[in-house]
Amino acid sequence: MKPKFAMYWAASCGGCEIAVLNIDAKVLDLDANFDVAFWPAAMDVKYKDVEAMADDSILVTLFNGGIRTAENEHMAKLLRRKSKILVAFGSCANEGCIPGLANLSSREVIFDTAYTGPSTENPGGIRPLVAVPVAEGELRLPAFEPVLRTLDQVVEVDYHMPGCPPESHQIAGVVDLLVQVVQGKAELPPKGTVIGAGQSTVCDECPRQRDVKRITRIQRIQEMPPLDPAVCLLEQGLLCSGPATRSGCNARCPQAGAPCIGCYGAAPEALDQGARMMTAIASVIEGRDAAAIDEVLDGIPDPAGMFYRFSLAHSLLRASRSAFEKP
Amino acid sequence: MATDFEPVIIGFTCNWCSYRAADVAGTTRLKYAPNVRLIRLMCSGRIDPTFVLKALADGADGVLITGCHPGDCHYLEQNYKAMRRYRLLQRTLAQFGVEPDRVHLTWASAAEGAQLAETIDRFVERVRALGPLRWPARPRPAAAVAPAEAAEAAEAAEAAAVEEAAS
Repeated sequence: MKPKFAMYWAASCGGCEIAVLNIDAKVLDLDANFDVAFWPAAMDVKYKDVEAMADDSILVTLFNGGIRTAENEHMAKLLRRKSKILVAFGSCANEGCIPGLANLSSREVIFDTAYTGPSTENPGGIRPLVAVPVAEGELRLPAFEPVLRTLDQVVEVDYHMPGCPPESHQIAGVVDLLVQVVQGKAELPPKGTVIGAGQSTVCDECPRQRDVKRITRIQRIQEMPPLDPAVCLLEQGLLCSGPATRSGCNARCPQAGAPCIGCYGAAPEALDQGARMMTAIASVIEGRDAAAIDEVLDGIPDPAGMFYRFSLAHSLLRASRSAFEKP
Repeated sequence: MATDFEPVIIGFTCNWCSYRAADVAGTTRLKYAPNVRLIRLMCSGRIDPTFVLKALADGADGVLITGCHPGDCHYLEQNYKAMRRYRLLQRTLAQFGVEPDRVHLTWASAAEGAQLAETIDRFVERVRALGPLRWPARPRPAAAVAPAEAAEAAEAAEAAAVEEAAS
C-alpha cells in the first residue's frame, strides 16, 4: 500500500495548489508513490473522512494558509494529529503572507472594509455571525479570530517551505526528496528544517551590481526613468526587499527588473524581516539630520505594509495593538 | 491612574560616549530613575530595530537609544545610521499602535553624565504617564510551550471561544 499524502488550504489564495500542479510531469511521481488521502482543491473528501482516519496515518501533509478562523484552527489540529510529517507550505502558513497584513487592523475595521466598503453593496448591513437561528434550527459559522496566526503558532510543524508561492523547481526538489525517502534512498532532514529554499538572501543570488551609492529619493517604479539593467534596484531608488529576504527563487523579480517584495520571508538568522529591511534601508539612504532623513522616508508611505508584506503575523510584534484588543 | 507602576525600560548605550556618560553619572553619585536597564554596545550603529521590537514584544514599556553626538562617532558616521533607523522605526511603530514617546533617541558625550541622568528622568516620567505597554502575550510556537502550560492555554482559549460564541 502506498503512503498517504494530503494537502490543505486554510486562509490562503489557492496559489500554492496551482504551484504544486505547476511542477508538470513531476506531479505523476507524486501520484505513483503516494495515495492522495485528502486534497480539497483536487478531490472531494469530507472533513469527517479525515476525522475517521487513524492518527499518524497520513505520511505527509502540505498545509498552506494562515490560521484566521476557528475552522482553520480545527483543521490544523486535526491534520497535525493525522499526519506523521506536517509541512508549513508557502508564505501564509509560515509567516502569514498577505492575509497576515490584516493583523494591522481590528476585526471591526476588517468587517467594516469587507461589508460596508464603497465596493460592497450590503443595504441590510449584514455581518457574519457565529450562530444564526433559522426556522430549521441554528446555523453556525466558524468564528473569525482577532488575529491571523501562522501554523507553527497553533501546532507543532515539522518542516517549513517558504515562498508565495514556493517556486516550481523547489517543489519538484522536495517531491523528489519525499519519493526517495519513501523508497528508502534518502533520509529526512532534521525536524524544523527550512526546505525548498536557500540559506542566504535574495541579494546573494541577484546578479545586479552593488555600489556604495546613497539613495536620495525613493520612488515607485512607474515614476522612474528606464532602469539600469545591471545596477542594484535599491541603489536606483526602488524599494527592494532582497537584503532581508531568504534566497531560493534565483532572484527572479530583480532579474526581471521588478523589486523583490519579500515573499520568501525573513532571511536565515533574521528574527524579523521588517526590522532587517529597516536596517538595510537606513544604511543606504542619505540624510544627516531629521528633516533630510524624513524627506527621503516620505517616499515610503506605508512602511509596515512594505517591510512586513509577507511576514507580519510571524514578526516580533505579530499584530497591531488594535488587532489584539477584542472589539 | 496607577501610581505604583514602574516602567521597565531597556537602554542601549554606545561604548565610547553614552555608556561613559552613564558611568560618570554613577561615579558622581547623581540620583536618577532606576528604571532603565542599560545594555552596552560598541556603537549606536549596532542597534538593529530588531532589538527594540524584541524588547517591546517581550515586556519592556519603553526603549532608550543613546549614542555619540552627531559628528563625534568613534566609527565616523554610524550614529547617523542610528538616527535614520530610529526615524524609520518610529514610523513603523506608529502603524502597530505603539506611541512614539515609548522609544527615544538621545545623544550624550562621555562628559555629559548629568545631562544623561536628566534625560533618563524625563523619559521615565513620559513612559510612566503612558502606562504599561503590556504587549499582548505573543502567541508562542506550540513546540516552545510546556505540555501542561499548553493544555492550560488550550483550555482557556476554548473557554473564551465558547464564551464568545455565546455572546
